[in-house]
Amino acid sequence: MSDTILLAHGSGGKLSHDLVEKKFLPFLANPALNKLDDSAIFEASGRLAFTTDSYVVNPIFFPGGDIGKLSVCGTVNDLAMNGAKPVYLSLSVIIEEGFPLDGLEQIVWSIKAAAEEAEVQIIAGDTKVVNRGQADKLFITTSGIGVISPGVDISGANAKTGDKVILSGTIGDHGIAIMSQREGLRFSVPIESDCAPLNKLVSQMLEASSRIHCLRDPTRGGLATTLNEFARQSNVGIMIQENKIPVKEGVRAACELLGLDPIYVANEGKLVAVVEPSDADKVLAQMKQNGYGGDAAIIGEVTSQPPRRVIMKTKLGPSRIVDMLSGELLPRIC
Amino acid sequence: MKFIDEYQNSKLAKGLAKRIAKQSSKHIRLMEFCGGHTHAIMRYGIRQLVPKTVEMRSGPGCPVCVTATADLDKAIALAQLPNVIITTFGDMMRVPGSYSSLQQAKAEGTDIRVVYSAIDAVEIAEANPEKSVIFIGIGFETTAPTIAASIIKAQQKKIENFHVLSLHKLTPPVMKALLNLGEVKLDGIICPGHVSVIIGSYPYEFIPKNYGVACVISGFEPLDILLCLDKLVEQIENGQPGVEIAYPRGVKPEGNSKALQLMEEVFEIGEANWRGIGWVPQSGLKIGGKYEHFDADKAFSVSLKPVREPKGCRCGDVVRGAATPPECKLFRKVCTPERPVGPCMVSSEGACAAYYQYGPPENSQEFSG
Repeated sequence: MSDTILLAHGSGGKLSHDLVEKKFLPFLANPALNKLDDSAIFEASGRLAFTTDSYVVNPIFFPGGDIGKLSVCGTVNDLAMNGAKPVYLSLSVIIEEGFPLDGLEQIVWSIKAAAEEAEVQIIAGDTKVVNRGQADKLFITTSGIGVISPGVDISGANAKTGDKVILSGTIGDHGIAIMSQREGLRFSVPIESDCAPLNKLVSQMLEASSRIHCLRDPTRGGLATTLNEFARQSNVGIMIQENKIPVKEGVRAACELLGLDPIYVANEGKLVAVVEPSDADKVLAQMKQNGYGGDAAIIGEVTSQPPRRVIMKTKLGPSRIVDMLSGELLPRIC
Repeated sequence: MKFIDEYQNSKLAKGLAKRIAKQSSKHIRLMEFCGGHTHAIMRYGIRQLVPKTVEMRSGPGCPVCVTATADLDKAIALAQLPNVIITTFGDMMRVPGSYSSLQQAKAEGTDIRVVYSAIDAVEIAEANPEKSVIFIGIGFETTAPTIAASIIKAQQKKIENFHVLSLHKLTPPVMKALLNLGEVKLDGIICPGHVSVIIGSYPYEFIPKNYGVACVISGFEPLDILLCLDKLVEQIENGQPGVEIAYPRGVKPEGNSKALQLMEEVFEIGEANWRGIGWVPQSGLKIGGKYEHFDADKAFSVSLKPVREPKGCRCGDVVRGAATPPECKLFRKVCTPERPVGPCMVSSEGACAAYYQYGPPENSQEFSG
């Protein structure tokens, strides 16, 4: 096999088969996938959740992960945030001609590791190769199916006055890890992406309490955007306290330097939960037992006033409005 | 955390706020020159900590905001020339010009790239010898030395295809212009922190001397700003306006001589066109002497259609401190960060963006617990 992806790898001919059989199947094997039929067949019953997402992150390898790990964790987390137990994923890869095969191998290895950790199977897949310049190195789309247990009803529209807002850990790690790697921003901090599958954390939380009203992973747009989504969907106010929000030292330093506010920086392994006050401590204690919830904290609560607004008590004491992220995050210029 | 937490300590902040309240007997109006200060003041809720007698107005210290529409139109026209790569700071991309924006021009196929420093633009020029690379040079004394350094680097490496459209502006001359205008009566100025790191405190001396207006240089952390306000209130209450540095860890009275030398080496002082203010003498930097061939203004000529200012936009008034963002009829209704009408809503240092993002202080007061 050649060292790089050739257009012929996407032709549907021998090289295509080679690619699937040598680079994907050995890592991702399971009965449904191994059949290599046109579609995967599986049994299902009850309420199902279904989601899809495309991954175009640049750079594709970053501290703490790569596009492969991200493509599994992102879709697993989207299912988990509705209280679903992720079961099956599909994987579609678009590769630019000339992409190194060992890079591809590394990405498939990450996909395998993340899928194993999340206990999901990849049962359907596709690869395409496009001409040089028609895609930026490698894009991945994953779709996922999850099963929702009876009685679980989680939605951004379920927040009620008095509920507690719990954050599962430090914010901004992923965004700063990516930004520090981007071309042009020669800025290096020992910050790793927090990219992780959160489905087990969620199932432990659901075991601890049936009164979890909202769950969401604050990815692009950060914590501020997720809280604003809850406030709008549920027609409530949310009051948070700046000094309760965990932020890693390096992330804070990088944000100070770049003129960013960590509450707007992306995460890939964190969740925000809105929980009935009576169960908040129980859920928090359970989260702290899980490796991905060790730094979890109650950061605020749901209020009746002002509706559809997020207010933050700043470190200095006064309060201010926290709006959604608008535009793109750019470092300051002076 | 080292060097961050120290300047965000709420106990010290409350102590300073108390001292300010105790000293302040009469209504005073201050201008924070720098957009970075406007953002920090709103982000940390500093207006709610200080007594109502202390009024704060935003000033012209946002490089994107004071860039004249005519200059933006020129940048867009340069982008449309054949074999040209435009390099710019990201904030400039979305500012609407008379007929288009850099972002729009990019979508239409011109080669416009966002860079984080002018040195990156030099490298792009080196990698693309068959193209002309033009850097849109905006900013105050803070950014000008780095642009000067990049021009010197290009000269040393004999990179002939690198050019700068120099729209750099100087701080003390525009302060003088605003004070001469007398449109907004000021008692004190929160002087810019980063600019003063470069120029020092001496260039502000004429302000208390000739205009009786107090000047204190401030850093950007909440305690820096509160300390600055404390000193300003003290000066004004005592009737002894002067120039003080409330940011001694960054600013020396004489400034940064190396940076000043770099600027002097490359630039000549001339008049500059400021949005909302117009042509101000001695307030701009043009590329001079042996570096003249790097000047995009000299190397390229473009024909421009007449300038059209956005109807109803009060960015010009906002940068003079003559209006606050909510006083503009377009604010929040027509003009939002997603669909900005004027630059003050686009820039991360724009006053309108700060008021939009952090809410009008009079509203957030209601929510403070």
